[in-house]
Amino acid sequence: MRLLTHNMLSSNIKGVSNGFPLRIEVEKVIEKHVDFNADFLRNMFPKIEWKAFVDAAKTIGYAELPEEADSSMLDSDEFLNKFHHALLELHLEEGGLVCPETGRRFPVSKGIPNMLLHEDEV
Amino acid sequence: MATKVSNFSDLIQRVAASCHDSSQNRHGDEEDENETESESEESEEQAKDEEDKEKYRVLYKMPFRIAQIRLVSSHPEVYEPCDDSFALVDALMADRNNLLEHQPTLCMEVGCGSGYIITSLALILGQEGPGSHYIATDINPHAVWITSETLAAHGVHAELINTDIALGLEKRLAGLVDVMVVNPPYVPTPEDEVGCEGIASAWAGGENGRSVIDKILPIADNLLSDKGWLYMVTLTANNPSEICLQMRERGYASRIVIQRSTEEESLHVIKFWQDLDAQEDAKQMATTNKTASARVMESVLSQFSLLSSWISNSSHSS
Repeated sequence: MRLLTHNMLSSNIKGVSNGFPLRIEVEKVIEKHVDFNADFLRNMFPKIEWKAFVDAAKTIGYAELPEEADSSMLDSDEFLNKFHHALLELHLEEGGLVCPETGRRFPVSKGIPNMLLHEDEV
Repeated sequence: MATKVSNFSDLIQRVAASCHDSSQNRHGDEEDENETESESEESEEQAKDEEDKEKYRVLYKMPFRIAQIRLVSSHPEVYEPCDDSFALVDALMADRNNLLEHQPTLCMEVGCGSGYIITSLALILGQEGPGSHYIATDINPHAVWITSETLAAHGVHAELINTDIALGLEKRLAGLVDVMVVNPPYVPTPEDEVGCEGIASAWAGGENGRSVIDKILPIADNLLSDKGWLYMVTLTANNPSEICLQMRERGYASRIVIQRSTEEESLHVIKFWQDLDAQEDAKQMATTNKTASARVMESVLSQFSLLSSWISNSSHSS
């Protein structure tokens, strides 16, 4: 699971008002090379919740991202390289995603999160 | 020279075979990329041969790839690519130029099964252009795992999530999906078979096969971006014209990309997109509190009735 996906997931258990961002529990992180594409990064940037992204990257061991970012930084190759690496190349392979309100844990196995709810949570 | 001629006639035969719309051929085998090159001696005849060859190559050779059946992973609890999957991929191929121009940033498949469709979409869109990110979901845990194997076998990537339609994505992914593809469980079944574990979730569609489709449509509407497109497979029993009317009320225009009849079923692959006229109609419907104006009804129904009369005509003539 890429951090891009983490940035798009939230807990929607019945009664939870703000299930975002999910807290990451790390068991195993892997890196996979992805071809750099600046256009994709520029298109993706406005869709990312930056603070949740920076925190998630730190949790899985990457602390190179600036705490705050705005679109003017998209002209910097250095920034784009870091953004690319954190967004697409770092994968949470094993671990969990924890609902910030209820503490319910959604397992991540072989890089695939299981977001299915139990009957009493829907 | 003799061998050359036989090569060329082989080529023509292959071309003729592939024109015959044999999905087995097109979906099963990779075309041979290396045609035999001409030898050094040049004659006019030879040059003409080459020219003809090139013409056929341009006309009939697919310049891009889709998923290959032999590389699609399988599992007893996962739905294997079938006529409906082929119809959806054929629709995506038929619409390829539009898709490339569309430049989608985020693409999503709901109910990815074996991974045949999302893999094909990633291959069709290719690496050129501004790049796309792919997300695929399935309620069946075996299916997402099989999909990850199929993707890896083709050297492409999609993010996989084991979830019910888009549960967990609905908040943050709202309005971001530029292309959504869905081959839903559309087979009419008793209602209590819907959402059962394992492979039944791939086809059990409840009354008129509409239970899951009717759940997916509002979610698709929520997730699609302003320029977002939805491609969905439907069965005649699902009442596709009524699905189009429902989407029209949400401001979507629709078009049948592919219609295909097999011995067992008649499939439509329908493409939906947000349309200003449709949105205007939707507003009017909301204010006048009518379900659908006669004009809208007519415009939506016409494509289906025209098509069915065309089908019956062509089947009479053949």
